[in-house]
Amino acid sequence: VTIVSRGRASWAAIAVVVAIAALAPLVTSEFFTSVILTKALWLGVAAASLIFLAAFGGMVSLAQVGIYGVAGMTYANLVAADGGNPAAWAPWLAVLAALLIATAVGLGFGTIASRSEGIYFLMITLAFSVLVYYFFSQVTQLSGFGGVNNLDLPGILGNPGQDPLPLYYVALVVSVLVFIGLRGISRTAFGLGLQGVRDEPARMRALGFDVTLHRALAFTLAAFIAAVAGILSVWYNRRISPGSINLAQTIDVLIIAVIGGLYRLEGAWLGALVYALIDNYSREWVPDVGNVLGPARFNTLIGLVFLIIVLLSPGGLMGIWEEGRERLRRRRGGGGIPPRTTTPTGPEGDPAPGTVK
Amino acid sequence: MPDTVDSNPGGGSKDAGEVAATGGDATASVSTGGVLAAPEIGGGLRWNAKTIAGAVVAAAVIIWLLVKAADDIEQFVVVTLNGLTLSALYFVVASGFTLIFGLMRVVNMAHGALYLFGGYLALKMQQNWFREEEGISLSLGASTADAEYNIIGWIVPLLLATLAIGAIGVLLQQVFLRWNQGQDLRQALITIALSVIFADQMLAEFGGISQNIAAPASFPTSVSLFGDVRFGFFRGVIVLGSALLIGIGLWLVIKRTRFGKIVRAGVDDRDMVSALGINVQLVFAGAFFLGAALAGFGGVLGGTMISLQPGQDTAFLLNSLIVVIIGGMGSLGGAAIGALALGLVDSYADVYLVFGGTDLTNYSILVTFALLVAVLAVRPLGLFGRPA
Repeated sequence: VTIVSRGRASWAAIAVVVAIAALAPLVTSEFFTSVILTKALWLGVAAASLIFLAAFGGMVSLAQVGIYGVAGMTYANLVAADGGNPAAWAPWLAVLAALLIATAVGLGFGTIASRSEGIYFLMITLAFSVLVYYFFSQVTQLSGFGGVNNLDLPGILGNPGQDPLPLYYVALVVSVLVFIGLRGISRTAFGLGLQGVRDEPARMRALGFDVTLHRALAFTLAAFIAAVAGILSVWYNRRISPGSINLAQTIDVLIIAVIGGLYRLEGAWLGALVYALIDNYSREWVPDVGNVLGPARFNTLIGLVFLIIVLLSPGGLMGIWEEGRERLRRRRGGGGIPPRTTTPTGPEGDPAPGTVK
Repeated sequence: MPDTVDSNPGGGSKDAGEVAATGGDATASVSTGGVLAAPEIGGGLRWNAKTIAGAVVAAAVIIWLLVKAADDIEQFVVVTLNGLTLSALYFVVASGFTLIFGLMRVVNMAHGALYLFGGYLALKMQQNWFREEEGISLSLGASTADAEYNIIGWIVPLLLATLAIGAIGVLLQQVFLRWNQGQDLRQALITIALSVIFADQMLAEFGGISQNIAAPASFPTSVSLFGDVRFGFFRGVIVLGSALLIGIGLWLVIKRTRFGKIVRAGVDDRDMVSALGINVQLVFAGAFFLGAALAGFGGVLGGTMISLQPGQDTAFLLNSLIVVIIGGMGSLGGAAIGALALGLVDSYADVYLVFGGTDLTNYSILVTFALLVAVLAVRPLGLFGRPA
């Protein structure tokens, strides 16, 4: 029997992190709050939907950006300011509709993709995401020619351009809810069943579980989270265009998840924070190396970071953190706790699905 | 027809756990043939809801196409030929993708980047080496549209770019993929990272403007088919011809040569092949060379037929993905069928999605999506796919 144990942050640690995050805007500039922290929060939610599937379902989905694009585009078209539907909806109603539609699309995607596993699943979801992008870039009635701009926001957010705090706190509350919610779900019967499906699909099937249904429902849940991220992203950007949901963005969310750690939910926001920091500050300190590297070559830089992380530590930063703590503990106490990252072998001698590869 | 694995009828020699672990609800065509073996699709169609729905949709599509064809036969021929040439290009690129996957279980997400890079390499070679023959040396790099090249000025870049991309593929495989064999997710992530870097570097080096490789000036621009119908010579003859030659060549290599025999054996049981004393690493390198070279070759064809610009790498990665998802990963025949389906569907949907006054051609991507969904609904592993 494969038991893939993963560490869990204690409630105290979470409370400390949330408290720091809540107080952060007091000591940082408005620019930092908006461009780094708020962005990290909504990107983190998007990455969390991917990590939830990867960590608990053993499914690495690249469709998350496609789904958040559906949510973002739906919201944008419903509240449309210019270049879209003239019959504007109230923002909250639009949020509700966008979440519903994107989740329904997620259910459809999940129903099809959940019959496949592993690398097939990755490819099919990638195809879904890119198809969504092509759909919106072709159908200009929905995406406008330069995207849908100047979107109306719910009143609670005020004007983020002048005061980023309301949006920041909303994003923070949503992030905390998503984190606690997903963590809670992973401990319910459904979540445990899902982890069983991840580790031993054949045995779960023999026990009478509907493996495909479990996967599809998990995918739908993750689609809902991705849709939430999509709403946050249009609130943050106040616009959405096909270019913001293209393959590059799909890969960015994957990169965030991998940098943070594909198998720890906390990794989503950690990865997003690192990503936002690199995104913003690399332009200042990256040296110009001819045409190869420089302020304009952000994608090369982030690609290199991604490559190095995948080559060195597939567990991402959370994996490095865990490993470091483990070493420290062993050195101190002479090894009371067995190492966390075991690599159990699956039926074919490959590392079991869901383990850190 | 969708026997699920729960009943596992074909799994006599297979460990039940293994089959189930790899193939969800895989239809149980655990055939014994190699890459090219045609597994009996469905083995006796049963008239359940899915088959009926499929038949109805297929009939509707065929009738719709017949109506359109009767409406304007000349347009129909041109649209069909367009679809076929697109299919040919998709096949060339996707066959490399599926070859690499079939043997090594590596999903090479950098395949689209290799495609685009092959095109750019050929373009630069053509512009830098064969430009003088025009006589007057104008400012380099600026306007290329009016330059003319002879046939050497196209063939040499084609061959060199193909070889260069093959070599780059081997390099990638040796440096990044050889030491983590079997970790398919990690390998996919590595190639994704590489494709991000590649795409950005190509943008820096070659710019964002759409460029074309010039077809040899000695080629006629079009050939006459019948009546007033003319079709592009390069598209119709060169691209279709190369795809046919490549298809037949690959088929012969895989069916008739020792290399092909090893590849087929490797697809079925990698460990056994290496246990027999065959240098599997060499075969892997060879297959990667071939697979990447096909991407590069496709890039030169595509760069001449369509255009080279940032974003084409994504487009051709997506095309390759869809082709192999439809056809079944690792199957050459599947890649041919998948490419044919995708090319024709793309082409017809771009033109014929007009119902009365409403023009729905904007939504043509939905038809591609529907094709993908339809195939996956019936066969989760693609038409010719087999559990790993």
